[in-house]
Amino acid sequence: MTIEVKNLVKKFGSFKALDGVDLKVDDGELLALLGPSGSGKTTLLRIIAGLDWPDSGEVSFNGEDALAQGARERHVGFVFQHYALFRHMSVFENVAFGLRVQPRAVRKDEATIRARVKELLDLVQLDWLADRYPSQLSGGQRQRIALARALAIEPRILLLDEPFGALDAKVRKELRKWLRSLHHEINVTSIFVTHDQEEALEVANRVVVMDKGRIEQIGSPDDVYETPATAFVHGFIGESIELPVHVEGDVVRLGDRPLALKAEGLASGASKLFVRRHDMLVGPPGSGAFEGAVQHVRNFGPVQRAEVALSGGQTIEIDAPRDRELRAGDTVGLAPRRFRIFAG
Amino acid sequence: MSAIALRRRTLPGFGLTMGLTLTWLSVIILIPLAGLFLKSLELSPEQFWAILSSRRTLNALRVSFGLAFAAACVNLVMGSIIVWALVRYRFPGRRIFDAIVDVPFALPTAVAGVALSSLFAEKGWLGAPLAALGIKVAFTPVGIFVAMIFIGIPFVVRTVQPVLQDLDPEIEEAAGSLGASRWQTIVRVILPSLAPALLTGLALAFARAVGEYGSIIFIAGNLPNVSEIAPLLIVIRLSEFRYADATAIAVVMLVVSFVIIFAVNRLQRWAQDRIPMH
Repeated sequence: MTIEVKNLVKKFGSFKALDGVDLKVDDGELLALLGPSGSGKTTLLRIIAGLDWPDSGEVSFNGEDALAQGARERHVGFVFQHYALFRHMSVFENVAFGLRVQPRAVRKDEATIRARVKELLDLVQLDWLADRYPSQLSGGQRQRIALARALAIEPRILLLDEPFGALDAKVRKELRKWLRSLHHEINVTSIFVTHDQEEALEVANRVVVMDKGRIEQIGSPDDVYETPATAFVHGFIGESIELPVHVEGDVVRLGDRPLALKAEGLASGASKLFVRRHDMLVGPPGSGAFEGAVQHVRNFGPVQRAEVALSGGQTIEIDAPRDRELRAGDTVGLAPRRFRIFAG
Repeated sequence: MSAIALRRRTLPGFGLTMGLTLTWLSVIILIPLAGLFLKSLELSPEQFWAILSSRRTLNALRVSFGLAFAAACVNLVMGSIIVWALVRYRFPGRRIFDAIVDVPFALPTAVAGVALSSLFAEKGWLGAPLAALGIKVAFTPVGIFVAMIFIGIPFVVRTVQPVLQDLDPEIEEAAGSLGASRWQTIVRVILPSLAPALLTGLALAFARAVGEYGSIIFIAGNLPNVSEIAPLLIVIRLSEFRYADATAIAVVMLVVSFVIIFAVNRLQRWAQDRIPMH
């Protein structure tokens, strides 16, 4: 099933949740909508599911107008952030719900329903919990049951709203891997919303980065990490050092100091310089574009994270390998291995 | 001594509050009830049976319990709808309607009785059009039914309201996206989730209606065997100085009410166990 969204606009009062969003999702993709809270990602997901309606724009599934149908007719599996399990029903009945409410003409007989639920519980590896109630399950188990319930209706599309948002870090990591392999197995076009970049980069085939109701970049996890399209994406994904600079011709200035950086093909004016923390190479004073004094050093496994006060007055954090120990008080030169400059 | 001192409670005051609780419950509830039972023991079993099986007593009990149950059921349905409207929608005057629900709580029952009986009297605002249709409300069992509905409605609304407020609208969305129709969502998801609260509301409205006196005697007509409620029969027996008769009827009311409340309580516990609140 392909999904196409055209020029979607949605306002809540004066707040623009979606401000002209275009998106194409290919059949069998596992797509991540990534953005900070308030970026419109959940609103977009809910509109695709039929739980919300846009003010204008189009949504189509396989070229068919989806907005003409309600949530009930769209055959979309939706997994809620807080699971939304029916707490008065056993796990088994929760998963069976979508099968039991089918119109009588197409409803399967009890034996078929039981077999199907059993199959789904096996798929999410929780068949031993069939008789429990949702309140007796852990968060990770609830999430997997919610997923099994959504899959019961054999959805054309699977939508997951912050599927791991309410879980602790360890369970979250396990479920990520599990979700990816599950998607591989069932191969349903899937979209999940997350504010966790690591989750998006690790799980998805393609990542859509959103901010303020607009799409900033669509690309593979490598694309959005290695070649961010906008200042927002660079700042949001990966840990970046951001410095306000001024571009004049091919000279880049930080404050009034020209930096030894090549700036070609950039518009003159106030700009932002982005460098990944680990792309700042540490050398002796005078060896790089920047110079500064080390303030604090903390060790994180293979890297040391140093807070460096630049001679221009700004303080930045860098991640350096542990081969050369840094100490507070050292004066160092810093050379960015890679950097990006965005106007604005 | 030291062992006890070491296991000092983190929340002090258990002895004092527990003592007060027991004393207070005894003085206010248990001792009067025990007195009631003792008084009824003055009757021999045969006398007791004769009083209870008299036509007038049986009819009074039937009127009280039967109509109270019917009124509680009506309140359950209408109360649920009112709760739904008050909780789920935002409309002008919502707060006023919400406050109006409490009026039967606050109004002296005699005032309510007078108001209802003049409203439903044959020449009253509602009584006249109803009389034209051939329906007589005031001074008939229908009047009792109306008064019982009036005093019972807030019990259903106020017990169900907070539970519905806590019910996450997401579960309705989940049901809808799984293909459930609106009706299936209500019957399979919403009502079962509200079941414990609905049962509590039903029990409270029922208990209130069984015990109601003030508002009913004005509108009932109080015809023996037809529109005479059990509490009124107790008052009549008392005014005739037939105290044992009065207490016999009272004991039966007490026992029946207790059994019903207990049954509802079990039912509610059962429903609650299926929906553990976490």
